[in-house]
Formats: sequence, structure tokens, C-alpha cells
Amino acid sequence: MATDAPPPSKTEHRLPSTEEFARVQESAEFVELRRSYRSFAFPLTVGFIAWYLLYVLLSNYAGGFMGTKLFGNINVALALGLAQFLTTFLIAWWYARHAAAKLDPKAEVIKSRMEAAE
Amino acid sequence: MNTAAITLAAGEASEHRGLIISLFGVFVVATLVITIWAGRQTKDAADFYAGGRQFTGFQNGLAVSGDYMSAASFLGIAGAIALFGYDGFLYSIGFLVAWLVALLLVAEPLRNSGRYTMGDVLAYRMRQRPVRTAAGTSTIVVSIFYLLAQMAGAGVLVSLLLGITSDGGKIAIVALVGILMIVYVSIGGMKGTTWVQMVKAVLLIAGALLLTFLVLLKFDFNISDLLGTAADKSGHGAAFLEPGLKYGATGTSKLDFISLGIALVLGTAGLPHILIRFYTVPTAQAARKSVIWAIGLIGAFYLMTLALGFGAAALISPEEITSSNKAGNTAAPLLALHLGGVDSTWGAILLATISAVAFATILAVVAGLTLASSSSFAHDIYANVIKKGQASEKQEISAARWATVGIGAVSIVLGALARDLNVAGLVALAFAVAASANLPTILYSLFWKRFTTQGALWSIYGGLVTAVGLVLFSPVVSGKPTSMFPDVDFHWFPLENPGIISIPVGFLLGVIGTLMSKEEPDKGKYAELEVRSLTGTGAH
Repeated sequence: MATDAPPPSKTEHRLPSTEEFARVQESAEFVELRRSYRSFAFPLTVGFIAWYLLYVLLSNYAGGFMGTKLFGNINVALALGLAQFLTTFLIAWWYARHAAAKLDPKAEVIKSRMEAAE
Repeated sequence: MNTAAITLAAGEASEHRGLIISLFGVFVVATLVITIWAGRQTKDAADFYAGGRQFTGFQNGLAVSGDYMSAASFLGIAGAIALFGYDGFLYSIGFLVAWLVALLLVAEPLRNSGRYTMGDVLAYRMRQRPVRTAAGTSTIVVSIFYLLAQMAGAGVLVSLLLGITSDGGKIAIVALVGILMIVYVSIGGMKGTTWVQMVKAVLLIAGALLLTFLVLLKFDFNISDLLGTAADKSGHGAAFLEPGLKYGATGTSKLDFISLGIALVLGTAGLPHILIRFYTVPTAQAARKSVIWAIGLIGAFYLMTLALGFGAAALISPEEITSSNKAGNTAAPLLALHLGGVDSTWGAILLATISAVAFATILAVVAGLTLASSSSFAHDIYANVIKKGQASEKQEISAARWATVGIGAVSIVLGALARDLNVAGLVALAFAVAASANLPTILYSLFWKRFTTQGALWSIYGGLVTAVGLVLFSPVVSGKPTSMFPDVDFHWFPLENPGIISIPVGFLLGVIGTLMSKEEPDKGKYAELEVRSLTGTGAH
């Protein structure tokens, strides 16, 4: 699947001070990490919720359209329902890929520097 | 419903009672051995609450699926599809899509910033005592509603499958489920509970795979043929494969369906028993991996319930299904019997296997719910509110164990009292409360700089009171033959699901409470939470 988790460690790391957290929060690196996370996750969330609601509304108010037969006994309603499954799987896979490529490396740099600093 | 009809399926089943009980006994003994083993490995608070944080993403993904796929998913959805066709399927889509909210917005930040409970994240940058109290209250309310529905479901299911109809028998079953869950959780803690859930997930998926294969084999793997036969035999024709049989009757029922849909999709990421599972893995990456596995497993399972539901509709007459249980809850076990062959040994073995899997399903879910509520009581309320953070680890674990016994005892009493009430609506209510009270506060805490203690309190209590209040005055509780109390009528809220009102109320109150509060948000604490939640710096 996505990424292999780093080996678990039980050692307690140094917890940085509030000032260090505040400094890092304003650093260019962290701002970039936050942007790269939010600009991916937020619009995608709005998107899949809208797509799900569209499907719910179609099921409620567009019975005729949903009952249109596509092939054999498979109608639009069933095909759209299965499409919800498919898009859920695809979004999960897409996010995992984005996180592994764009988020994890940036997060790791910040984390290891903060935990190592004296 | 007359007694002869009730025992139609139960009679078939009770001939095989011995086999069903033996298979169930094997599961109970095996899980008790696991529990005792896990109990010996449980030394500190991180072991008890979070299983030592040493599970892999895959293991936790299995356990999350085992925690989530309740009897309602297995028996309820298969039954709803068998009776209402396409509308039964609508349920499972909301239950699945909901996981994307958990994946994209909640699982990883929660894993990075919390320790043992949902309250850890809600209270992170707020005044501890009031927010912990609110988080603990809503955790316990959500979990108890869910728990009651499962326990009452266990009573109904067992009485149907084993042909036990006496009051004493039903109470004994509720008590047995309650005692087992107390033992699993108080002795095995999170480690024991996790392993029970993993075993259950494997059994449930294997059982569903077997039935799906047998159904498809009957139709030579021609899905269109399966759907056509189901539509014909259902007596509804083509309408069986279209939306509307269950929810399409009136404008109100359509609105109710929208309300339910919103509650399902936003509720999952606010269910405490699901959220605490993310603390059992070492890193946020492993938490992400757990959700990805859970999405794959749960999605595959719901696709199989399609085959089970339509298979039941195609192979069993609707009269036989409803005479066994009006809501269709025994459609899957009946399907097993028919696939193996009624009056054949194979039929008996298949029925017994699927029934035992259904018991296992209920036990694993109630264990997860009990753990979530007792953890929250011990960690949020006892250690941080009553003892003001001064409790030792030993005291905290012992409080959690006693809370397990207390919550278990309360559930047994309530479950026994509610045994003849229709409490199926409580699961949807639990989702609505989770979406109205918990999710807004989780999201604002993590992503909104200005959010304050007052905003958190308004949102949690406001969402909770609105959701529970509306249900109290809805047809779920009174005024209809399907209500919890069908003989009285004090309902004025027309919908069964409060989500469409209570979820916006929860989100809005968080904003209003924040804008109206006099205190400044703690900027330092927010910096800490934000950096920590995104990078894992200082994560437990």
C-alpha cells in the first residue's frame, strides 16, 4: 500500500518548548507543509462530500433517470452506487500517494530537527 | 406476528442449536485465551489504553474493520437489501464514504497530538476541566447508545437463531454478552480487544466471501441474472433495483434519508470507539495505513453484502424472510441455510457458521464500545477532572477497569429493560450525535486558530442536546408502531434522524461560542498543536 511505517521506537524524544513550536509554525518550511496538506485535503473533502450528496439527491428526486437500464439488469442507480465505491477507493489511494511523496518527507525534516535540537 | 410465524426460521435453526452453540463456544474460549494472554502483557497505561502502540497498520486496519462492521452492517444491510432492494444498498455507501473524512482530516492529526482518548485532542489547547468533562460526556453518551442497540440486537438475534423466546432466556443472553465484554476489556485492555476484533474481522470477511461465492455460483457468475431473479421474486419487479422502496414514499421520508445520509458520512470520524483505535499504532503513517486497509476491507465487505442481499431476495421468498424477522435481520443466516440445502447437513453447518460469525461480530463491537467509554471516564473525567491530572498511572488503570465493570453492569440492566423495545434507531442516533457534537470540535480544534474553550463547549453540548432532544420527540421514540414506545405519542419532530438540523447547529454553535467569548485563544498551545499534528513532533 502507501508507505512503510518507520520502525516503532519506544524512546521518548525531547519535547521542544512552546517558543520553538511558535517559531517553527511561522517558518517557511512549515508554512509550505501546511499549504501542501490543506490545499490537497480540503478541496478534496468538499469534492467527495458534494459528489456523495449529489448521489443521495439523485436517488431521492431523480427516480426515472436512476432507473434507466444500461445493460442487462444494471441500471444507472446501481452504476452510480458502484461509482461511489470506486471513487472512495481512488481518493484513498491518491491521498496515500500524495502524503507519501509530498507530506512525509517535509514533516520528517521538521520533526527530526526539532527533536534533535538542544 | 403469530408464534407459528416466528418459529418458522427459528424452528429450522433450533434443530441445529447444538452445532451453533458449539461453534460459538469455540469462539468464546479462543477469545478468552487471547484476553488472558493480552492481560499478562498489559503493564502500563499505554498498554491498557492503546495496546502499547505496537500494532502494524495492517493489523489495526483489520481491527478497525472489526470494530466498525457491526451486526447492523452485516445482518441489517443484507436484510434491508433482501427486502427493499436498492434502498438497502444506499446505507452501505454512506458508511463507506465516511471513511474519507477520517482519512483526510482526522486520523493522522489525532494520532500525532492525542494520547489515549478523543478528549486529549479536544482539550489540547483549551481549559482542561470543562472541555474534558464535555468530551467525556459525549463519548459516554455516543458509546452507550451504540452499545444498547448492539445488546438489544444480540437478544433479538439469538432468540431468533436459537429459538429462545422466553423473557428469562433473552435476559440471560444480554447478561452473557455483557459479562463477556466486561471480561475482554477489564482483563485484556486495548490489546485483548484489538485481537478479538482482528479475529472477528477475519471470520466475518471469510464468512461473507464463502456466501458470496456460493450465491454467484448459483447464477453462473452472471450478476445481471442474479439481479433479474431477485427483482422478479421480490414481487416489486424493476422497482426493486431502483431507489425509492424504503425512503421514497413521502416528502418527509425523502428528507429523512438526506438527514441519515449526512449523519452517516460525517459521524464515523467522530465515533470515539473508532478514534481511539488510531492510538494503537506507532506513527501517523501507520494510522493512515490502517484507514487505507479499513477502506479496502469495509468496501469489499459492503460489495459482498450486495450479493448476499440480492442473493437472499432471489433464493428465498419475501414472506419467509419477513416471517422470521420483520426487518429482515435473519436474511443472511437464512440464505446460508438455503445455499447449503434446507434439511441437509451442509445447510445446518453453513447456518451454524454464519450465526456464530454474527455473535462474534456483536461481541467484538461491544468490547470496542465499552473500552472507549471506560477509557474516557478514567482518563478524561477521573484523572484530569476529578484528580486534576495528579492520578498515578496505576490509579488510572484501576479506575478504567472499575469503569468497565460499571458501564458493563449499566448496559446489562438497560439492555435487559430494553429487550422488547425497538432500539435499532439508536445506532443512527449515535452517528448523528458523533457528527453534531464531536466532529465540529475536532475539526475546529485542529484547523481553526481562533477557536476557544467556550466555542468547544457550546459545540459539544449544543450538538449533543439538539441531537438527543430531537430524537426524544421523533417517531423513533413515540407515536408509530415501529417506535420504542408505540403506545404513547409525544412526537412533534417529523424525522427519525436529527442530523440535518443538529449537525449544522453543532458547527454553528462552535463559531458563535468562539466569536462571543471574551478569552483570547492560547496562541502558544495552538502552535504546539498545529506543528505537532502535522509533523508528529513530540507524539506519544
